[in-house]
Amino acid sequence: MKTVVWQRIAALALLLGTAAVHAGVLAEDRADVMYHRYQGGGITVQGPSVLVRKKFGESFAATANYYVDNISSASIDVVVSGASRYAERREQKSLAVEYLRGKTTYSASFVNSEENDYKADTYSLSVSQDMFGDLTTVSMGYSYGKDHIGSSVDPTFADGIERRNYRVGLTQVLTRNLLASLNFEAVTEQGYLQNPYRFIRFVNGPGSYALGQEVAPRTRTSNAGSVRLKYYLPWRAALDGQYRFYTDTWGINAHTAGLEYTQPLWNRWVFTGSYRYYTQNGTNFFMDLFPRPGYQNFMTRDKENSPLQTHTIGLGASYEFPLGFASSFIKRGTANLHVNHLMVNYSQFRNLTNFPPGTAEPGTEPLYSLSANVIQFFVSFWY
Amino acid sequence: MRKLLPLLLATATLLVTACAPIEPWVKPYEREHLADPIMAIDPDPVSSSYMDHVFEVREGAKGATGGYGGGCGCS
Amino acid sequence: MNTMKTLRTLMVAGLLAAPALAVAPAGPAPKFQLTSMAGKPISLDSLKGQVVMINFWASWCGPCREEMPVLEKLYAKYKPMGFTMIGVNVEPDSKLAAEWLKATPVTFPILFDTKSEVSKLYQVSSMPSTVIVDRKGNLRWMHRGYKAGAENEYLDQIRALVRE
Repeated sequence: MKTVVWQRIAALALLLGTAAVHAGVLAEDRADVMYHRYQGGGITVQGPSVLVRKKFGESFAATANYYVDNISSASIDVVVSGASRYAERREQKSLAVEYLRGKTTYSASFVNSEENDYKADTYSLSVSQDMFGDLTTVSMGYSYGKDHIGSSVDPTFADGIERRNYRVGLTQVLTRNLLASLNFEAVTEQGYLQNPYRFIRFVNGPGSYALGQEVAPRTRTSNAGSVRLKYYLPWRAALDGQYRFYTDTWGINAHTAGLEYTQPLWNRWVFTGSYRYYTQNGTNFFMDLFPRPGYQNFMTRDKENSPLQTHTIGLGASYEFPLGFASSFIKRGTANLHVNHLMVNYSQFRNLTNFPPGTAEPGTEPLYSLSANVIQFFVSFWY
Repeated sequence: MRKLLPLLLATATLLVTACAPIEPWVKPYEREHLADPIMAIDPDPVSSSYMDHVFEVREGAKGATGGYGGGCGCS
Repeated sequence: MNTMKTLRTLMVAGLLAAPALAVAPAGPAPKFQLTSMAGKPISLDSLKGQVVMINFWASWCGPCREEMPVLEKLYAKYKPMGFTMIGVNVEPDSKLAAEWLKATPVTFPILFDTKSEVSKLYQVSSMPSTVIVDRKGNLRWMHRGYKAGAENEYLDQIRALVRE
């Protein structure tokens, strides 16, 4: 199936490429330096993200990104399994190149992510085409990922995942003040799709439970479609609304809805406020408590695959600083602070933190919920 | 769902060929609002890719978060 | 497989339907009159006898802003030879353009086409757009967009028209 789909994508890419008449433009040169920090649910993840983008002539551009997650985790999964807080470091490097010919942009990228028991390489190709007087942009992309998985607990364990993403997108100028964007993405994964550090629990006697290994299928296919509208308000502000539907072969259906308001003020400042709502049902093999070991072929207690709802509120402030002496080599510069507060409520996953086996009737423990703060501070330069 | 992808590709192809003679209803000289940086689809890629990553880790869903286009349409 | 066939057919159709590259326009340049930034009314008719370059620009358009110093140089060089430049600003609100010009002034006249009448008249299809009109008032060249290095084409065309 995959060769046929790739042929179809290639045919469409060729078609798009031959329809070029006038020239488009590549995005501007820029550099961004960010500090990111996620803190909540017993986990702290922080680190830098540095991005540099440069054009070479009018037709080529390259973008490089270096990203690190420094993880310190005593999450509920870690605590309940009896493990102690652990520290981990994940390093991600990526390089993307773009080639512009007429109204068509071709891009290729490579992303490498490494931590001590997980290595992931992703190769991507995409084509985008401006048409109808630059009112429409159609894009398509394909990614191939290969993950190598180990286990710090069991040095003989070695497995992997192969992942393929197919993306189609359409951005359309509807009026002088309204933009619409439609995106569709299908992902197929095969390999070791469970988490070696997650466990299930099952009843192993009256009033008691025991922990066991989770077992997940070795394939997973998902489809997601989103629609986005961005509207220019007459007093110079923007309102952005998004909706995404997700469904996969593990039985998860999810809805995401978000709204973001952008307001420039006082010449150099831009403020944003946002709200995002997310809901999913659980995968069809999730149970917080299985009645017995070997209850069914696939069993998981992974909270990320359980029924949950997330509410996220965000605030952002951006300041365009005066350049002064730097104006000879910088066109524009901003300092930005974005803060997001996440609240996740799990409707079937229970909090076993103070309830080891034998202390409560299994299945009556309180439901778990977590809240997290996400901070991003970054400085951007356009040169 | 596998049958849906070829259909989508065929639709995109139709858009390219069958509708070529459509006149743009927003002229290039009428794009002052669309060219405003506050109307950019993805003004800060480091930030949007980071938040996509945060949500992907915490939740079961992934994908369909991209978008290119809009803007000033200049060349 | 049927989809593959459909795609191939559409691909061929697309190649056949692809519009031809723009050719040099012909005929008289549409007449217009607008008020300049200095307050004087300027009409295209009054410039007959000179080679006129009309540049449609906006302060929000990156390539337009890049092109302005290039146009200023052309204006300074060829003005004594019977060449003139008009910058037609297409913005409905002239405030931002006036502010930008304060920071990056040019010496050639800037006209404000706030009602987009002249843009429509010249069927402006890209930003920026540059039109060159000869001494008799006929349209000779139309440039869509601006890329670094386009000034070489402008130089050749102006030189040829100025000699007429």
